[in-house]
Amino acid sequence: MLKLKKRSPVIMELRASVAFFERMMNLMRRYIGWEIVFLAYTLVNCLTIGLIGVSSGDPQRVLYLVIGAILWGFLSLIFHELSENIAWERWEGTIEHTLMAPILRATHLAGNCIATVIYGLARTALILVVVSMFLKVNLGNANLFAASVILAVSSLSFIGLGLIGGILPLLSPEKGPQATHIIQALILLVSGVYYEIEVLPRWLQFFSKISPATYTLKAMRLALLEGKGISDLKGYIIILLVMGIVLIPIGYIGFRIAENYARRAGKLSRSG
Amino acid sequence: MRQAVIVEEVSKYFVEWKKKPVNGKIIDRIFSFLRWKRKKFYAVNKVSLSIREGEIFGVLGANGSGKSTLIRLIATLLLPDSGSIRVFGHDVNREELAVRRMINRVSVEASFFKKLSAWENLAYSARLYGYTPTEARPALEEIFKHLELPEEKLSGSLENLSRGMQQKVAIARALFTSPSLLLLDEPTTGLDPKSKIQVQSFVRKMNKENGITTLLTTHDMNEAELLCNRLVIMKEGRIVAEGTPTELKKLITNGNGKSEVAVTLEEVFLKLANEGN
Repeated sequence: MLKLKKRSPVIMELRASVAFFERMMNLMRRYIGWEIVFLAYTLVNCLTIGLIGVSSGDPQRVLYLVIGAILWGFLSLIFHELSENIAWERWEGTIEHTLMAPILRATHLAGNCIATVIYGLARTALILVVVSMFLKVNLGNANLFAASVILAVSSLSFIGLGLIGGILPLLSPEKGPQATHIIQALILLVSGVYYEIEVLPRWLQFFSKISPATYTLKAMRLALLEGKGISDLKGYIIILLVMGIVLIPIGYIGFRIAENYARRAGKLSRSG
Repeated sequence: MRQAVIVEEVSKYFVEWKKKPVNGKIIDRIFSFLRWKRKKFYAVNKVSLSIREGEIFGVLGANGSGKSTLIRLIATLLLPDSGSIRVFGHDVNREELAVRRMINRVSVEASFFKKLSAWENLAYSARLYGYTPTEARPALEEIFKHLELPEEKLSGSLENLSRGMQQKVAIARALFTSPSLLLLDEPTTGLDPKSKIQVQSFVRKMNKENGITTLLTTHDMNEAELLCNRLVIMKEGRIVAEGTPTELKKLITNGNGKSEVAVTLEEVFLKLANEGN
């Protein structure tokens, strides 16, 4: 039989990192019906929330709410896709095949993260275009460059949170995915997605301060509503960067510990 | 001859939580959620074996005897609770990446992304093993030819393929990477007789021509006899017999005057697997 040449570990890792993006594209194509459904749902959700702003008669209010809806759509998608990956692969029955592949876990997770962020950005851009056209949002005053930087930096901390969320399905095949939804809902509650965090009870505001979404939303609104630039937003950028730098290693190390626990407790596969 | 796999005194247990029976008292019923009992059961219990490089080694056993757990332990998918496993000198606990680079596995259930086509699934695997889909294609096509898998079937959704065809795709996926150790967990279960023969002859061919060391678990005694150089029989997580098919047959012919030629491996299996019951 034809014997394939063994590749160097570096080439193997690089090629393997592409596997997750290619797989995501193929899955999107095969599940195109569901993609359209989810896109339409998110779009309608953003428009509905934007229309609440329209009814208030304040154009700034429309933009305020739309930013919340679109940004939450992006951040929650990253969190959801990364944290649900294990549960979903377990459901498909491919988890053991993926986890016994001869690549570093860091490559596996980084490949997944990059694929998810690219997918999230493409989806968010599409939603932004449609919502802007429908609600005639005025972005004349917006600093789009600063907004893009905020989006990129905040992705890091949400990748970290997504990795941490991915630990739960490893620890508990049944209850883990449910718990990730609770975390996602709590982030939505405390991060000021549709309102200022000051309206929250004081004890909940503590959680607002440790949620990266709070800083992302504040910075994004300053960039898009008031046209603030990078120098004005550097405080937020530093906080988000630090959060990303702290959360990603925590997520990675936690994932490795949880993976070893799952290997010890026999929780990777559903049967056998 | 070099040892491909050395399993030494390996044990693996799982924990089950069982609810203790509740008596009729209301207070007991209210606090019934506290009445959970932890129960440990050994899927693999102090198993030792060694597989020589280039041989086909069989593991026989009834359902739940620990065959798949043993394969998962060697495949780095489970961590042993005690004992050690070395694959070509690499410890599966401490050098998991080195072990993964040398092995591949076919599980009893064909584990694929069901909506993707066979080619899309194989492209994913190719990349995970460091090849581009284009590089992997000629090797895969060669395997498909041997297994008589029509290529026109490989572009549609994999869930539309029969179980036999899915299993052949799984075998191709495991073999195109030229593993040094191939772990086959009941690879022919559910296959029609023709497909079974094709898979068996391909496993033998790969072993002869490429020297791929193979660990095979099966319920099919004819398959075990046909393919395996040596075998172990497992019962309740322990090895109860080990040897070549002929040696195992001798175990039950000794003393009863029957020739081992007249004994089937099935009889050996039934006798040894039921002993003590």
